[in-house]
Amino acid sequence: MRRSLVATHPSVLWFLLALALVTLGVTGLAEAGLISTSFVKTLGKTLCLALVAVAMDVVWGYCGILSLGHLAFFGIGGYAIGMWLMYVRTEEIVAVSLAAEALPPTPQEIRDAIGTQIFGVVGSSDFPWIWSFADRAWLQFPMIVIVPGLLALVFGWLAFRSRVTGVYLSILTQAMTLALSLHLFQNDSGLRGNNGLSGLQNIPGLDGIGQDRISIWFFWASAAALAAGYVFFAWIVSGRMGSVIRAIRDDEARVRFLGYHVESYKLFVFTVTAMVAGLAGALYFPQAGIINPAEVAPIASVYLAVWVAIGGRGRLYGAVIGAVFVSLLSSWFTGGGAPSVSLGVYTIHWTEWWLVLLGLSFVAVTLFAPKGIGGLFDRIAPRPVADRQGDYGPDAGAWRREEGEP
Amino acid sequence: MTALLEVSGVSVSFDGFRAINNLSLTIAEPELRAVIGPNGAGKTTFMDIITGKTRPDSGRILWGEKSVSLIGMSESAIARIGIGRKFQRPTVFQTQTVRDNLAMALKGRRGPREVLFHRATADEAARINAISAEIGLADSLPRIAGELSHGQKQWLEIGMLLAQDPRLLLVDEPAAGMTPAERAHTTDILRRAARTRAVIVVEHDMDFVRRLDCRVTVLHEGAVLAEGSLDHVTRNRDVIDVYLGR
Amino acid sequence: MLRALIFALAALTWLPAAAGAGPLQTLLQDHRAGIEAPSRRSVEAVLDALVASALPGVPLFLERWQDKGVALHAADGLFYYATPAGDGYALADIDSDAPAGTAPRGAITELRPNGGVRREIAGALVAFQLSAPEIGRRRAAVDAIARSTSADHLEPLRASIADEPDPGLRATKARLADLLAARFGATTAERVAAIEALGDDLSVDVRAVLNQILATTAGVAAKLPPEANIARQWRPGTADLPAEAAYARLVAAGLAPPVVGRDQIRAALAAHVAQGRVGGFAVAALNSDAARFAAYAALAETGAVAPTLTPEAQAAAVAAHVFFDEYREADAEVTDAARAALGAIEARVGAYQMADLALDALSLASIYFLAAIGLAITFGVMGVINMAHGEFIMMGAYTGYVVQRIVPDYTVSILLALPLAFAVTFAAGVAMERLVIRHLYHRPLETLLATFGLSIGLQQLAKTIFGTQARPLTSPAWLDGAWVLNDVVAISHIRIAIFVLALVFLGLILFILKRTRLGLEVRAVTQNPGMAGSLGINPDRINMLTFGLGSGIAGIAGVAIGLYAKVTSEMGADYIVQSFMTVVVGGVGNVWGTLAGAAMIGFVQKLIEWLNPSNTLAAQTYMILFIILFIQIRPKGIVALRGRAAGD
Repeated sequence: MRRSLVATHPSVLWFLLALALVTLGVTGLAEAGLISTSFVKTLGKTLCLALVAVAMDVVWGYCGILSLGHLAFFGIGGYAIGMWLMYVRTEEIVAVSLAAEALPPTPQEIRDAIGTQIFGVVGSSDFPWIWSFADRAWLQFPMIVIVPGLLALVFGWLAFRSRVTGVYLSILTQAMTLALSLHLFQNDSGLRGNNGLSGLQNIPGLDGIGQDRISIWFFWASAAALAAGYVFFAWIVSGRMGSVIRAIRDDEARVRFLGYHVESYKLFVFTVTAMVAGLAGALYFPQAGIINPAEVAPIASVYLAVWVAIGGRGRLYGAVIGAVFVSLLSSWFTGGGAPSVSLGVYTIHWTEWWLVLLGLSFVAVTLFAPKGIGGLFDRIAPRPVADRQGDYGPDAGAWRREEGEP
Repeated sequence: MTALLEVSGVSVSFDGFRAINNLSLTIAEPELRAVIGPNGAGKTTFMDIITGKTRPDSGRILWGEKSVSLIGMSESAIARIGIGRKFQRPTVFQTQTVRDNLAMALKGRRGPREVLFHRATADEAARINAISAEIGLADSLPRIAGELSHGQKQWLEIGMLLAQDPRLLLVDEPAAGMTPAERAHTTDILRRAARTRAVIVVEHDMDFVRRLDCRVTVLHEGAVLAEGSLDHVTRNRDVIDVYLGR
Repeated sequence: MLRALIFALAALTWLPAAAGAGPLQTLLQDHRAGIEAPSRRSVEAVLDALVASALPGVPLFLERWQDKGVALHAADGLFYYATPAGDGYALADIDSDAPAGTAPRGAITELRPNGGVRREIAGALVAFQLSAPEIGRRRAAVDAIARSTSADHLEPLRASIADEPDPGLRATKARLADLLAARFGATTAERVAAIEALGDDLSVDVRAVLNQILATTAGVAAKLPPEANIARQWRPGTADLPAEAAYARLVAAGLAPPVVGRDQIRAALAAHVAQGRVGGFAVAALNSDAARFAAYAALAETGAVAPTLTPEAQAAAVAAHVFFDEYREADAEVTDAARAALGAIEARVGAYQMADLALDALSLASIYFLAAIGLAITFGVMGVINMAHGEFIMMGAYTGYVVQRIVPDYTVSILLALPLAFAVTFAAGVAMERLVIRHLYHRPLETLLATFGLSIGLQQLAKTIFGTQARPLTSPAWLDGAWVLNDVVAISHIRIAIFVLALVFLGLILFILKRTRLGLEVRAVTQNPGMAGSLGINPDRINMLTFGLGSGIAGIAGVAIGLYAKVTSEMGADYIVQSFMTVVVGGVGNVWGTLAGAAMIGFVQKLIEWLNPSNTLAAQTYMILFIILFIQIRPKGIVALRGRAAGD
């Protein structure tokens, strides 16, 4: 009989416990006024990043697909919620201004006014077809997961069926991300070009409630989503499914000869993680307040891979640690929190040098600590890893078998 | 005895090199068959073609009572209809336990949905125990497969093959790198398996083939050179020429 | 004073021609009446006489006369050049243009030829200039005529063709005469002949003239006017002319009342609100177009506002009229000839535009090839994924920039920058191989990530050192300009240079890989490092050199790309994905494949841009989608080698 998830994966319990403590602690500190609203938002955003990092870990660390497109799915989720937020918010504003007119507005007039308000910056006032559902939450909310899922499904189907793997697949996913961000940069993409969507922190219907309260709610929602996502993915990577996807990572040809349709499994993992990424994005961007195509740029997805690698791939808590650690450190450095270092002839300003440091530390992690920060936990509770073979990591297409010879 | 697998007139070439040349072969169920041949005779390509890894340029491959054509089917679909393959090098999943390796191979539904909602049953546990006992790894079930010795990995792979419960087993050099005692054990396992299913063993080692005591097919330059008992083929003039390299 | 006295004397004695008067003055005095009060008709005789005299002062006189700068002195009856000065005029002698004193305002009569006369004068003047002895003046006259196309120039221009000694100018004159004749020729036959003579000329001004002849005005009438030269008749209600647009034409022509639109209805209703009601409707109920329309109709019945037109009435009005485009040119034969000529020209222009597009695509392909060729070596031959390859390109470009800051001569600095860029990026590549990549062979995904880390760091480093704004890399003067084939096809020298550079590199790489010891060892090491090692080849050294070579070429590509685009810290990132695509699409591990990949990507991208010229971002998007689909069809790339696939 299969034992419960928590029994087989004690880390899940520990993780949930830690997350609950952090949530309660942050709430308490915020209520006491010890941390600012903007910092609560930063923490909430970090939890969303942790969720997308967990998804990335599943697709990369467990299934061996180094996707350089998951932050694009994250961005699509953000755009999906942003369209609704912006539409409904603008509708409220427009309703007030139109109420001053002599005649009550017709539905068409309201729509035209919203269109002018939203698309004025790109010299248009017509609603593109992609905004068809933006006025109705019950139609638009599912788009948060459906659009990334559908995109991942179509792209994955094309890529996996032609047996593109390894670095080629990575480059292909990067090309997809590039195509998406270039598309969004255009004014006639229907999403306001490089202006992006803004004012997303104003939640319709919650005008009377301050941002300090809303930020805490979003923080809770993000924590809940992370907890749910963590348990969901822990469930997927445990048991038979986990066995199969790790086997695909290590030797996909062999899995095929066992009778598993490898492409379906990859497609499943790719699509499900893309949908969760979309969900994480939908929680992230209302806290960020703005989304623009730069968020979807290929380099953003590379950073996602960096977080997971630094945290330690192939273990879900590693991804969370990596995302939280690097993104908080990054906001500390780039936000001017880190003191400048004076070297006499030259002063290092961390806002400039942080990326250099990140790049180099990333190289160092790849070279010297392939297990990442999560590898430290092995000292506490050693994982059953076959020392005899060494841990070659999920390098699909590598000479793993040859290297693995005793 | 009915034909389980019928290969007829199959040819395949890579960039002008004819790896398989008008090959025809029939396997009944149950049957144990050894395929021997010098290096480059096309033994591995022959297996690749049957398991769907390589698509033949011409010819027919028919399977089972309904004579289903295997050409154009995916590797996984061919594995699901009952053809299991063991590779020359032991390819087990090194980072997973022996139990997980066997469990993954166990016959069952292979779709992502079934696998995701799969729950281990007592029946499955019993099957795993039985197979692990047969391959001599009963005590090693919780071990990581990467820790096993080379011979144990070979057995684990044979165990995975048995767990698949295929109607046809394709076994590529099962005895490579084994001690004499391990070889004897392997022979037993294969002969036992061949009582209920078709087994094709590709092997270099004549002693091992002799011990299998079965019908032998000699491949040379991608075609069948001779077929019959081991004694019969070893007396064949052509076979002697090929092996002595005249 | 003395002179004034003489004038006074002369005036007194009134001699027909003053003793001191020059030949031109004499001639003018002969035609005094015609000059004093010229009419269009009478001036011809005067001009003929002036032209026939061939006096050197005639052109100047004509010019001044045209510009109302000639005056008749009342006292001596002589003609002078007069320019206003102070209260009076400064005078100058007609023959010599030498100053001849001043005259008060009342003493002279300015000659003010009317417009018609001035045109005649201008014609005569042009004739002079067109047959001036200096070729520069003749050219200037031809250019002036080409600028201000006017019918009057046609005859003098034609007259000057036969005597033109310079063959090139004669052809220009003949062509200009045809251009003028096409528009202003006297007879239909003359104009048609001129148009047909222009039929094989691609230049923009020929097309402009033909388009001018073919200019149309939109017309609408109850019946097709029989005398009009109709270009096209429209059928209202089709996609070409929707019913609303047709009705708008009727309104514009004053043939139908304007439609009362939504906005007018709203404004009218708002203006007639009384006690919360308008037209019998409560204001609050007017939140739909139907309700507003009904309220307006009710309002119209009371006569407060103009009635609306029913859609049926609109349709009837449209149906009762014909809509057409009418040529401004009334002569149908001319427009037919012009249409035929323009059609022929446009067909040829289209062909040349294709050629131009192909040249553009070729130069884009050269750039992609240059950017990707280094990658083809490191990725294709060695199997190393170097995501910092784009940053090597950037480093090369910045090397070029730094060299230009030190060496001001652009030619010398470019010649210095090329080897220096190679040296810098070669060193960077070798360092990177030794420090990072060597430890990650056979772990491609980790190589990818580590080099990504380097790429992030190098980019930020460049930003810190050189700032965020784009730095110029100026090409030497001899690379400026373009090679102009005709008005349609032109290709800039810099693109030619890049093309040549790409060819040189293709040759060089092929030579190194196929013909040198290093190439042999590289191929040996990539195929079987162990075996190569046992043959006495040092795989470490070979890997290092190969990686350095690939990186060094990226540096040179950086200089070339910097000349053609701006140098920024992000320029590498702009090329990296395309470069990988080029290598993958072309076929990994093969220089010819890279060439094919670059050619395909360059041509397809230009084609997409041509189909959708407004939007280069969209072109790039579609390009990437195209590549993703292409890899579906040919996962091994265009030039597929055995064994290696996109999936390996």
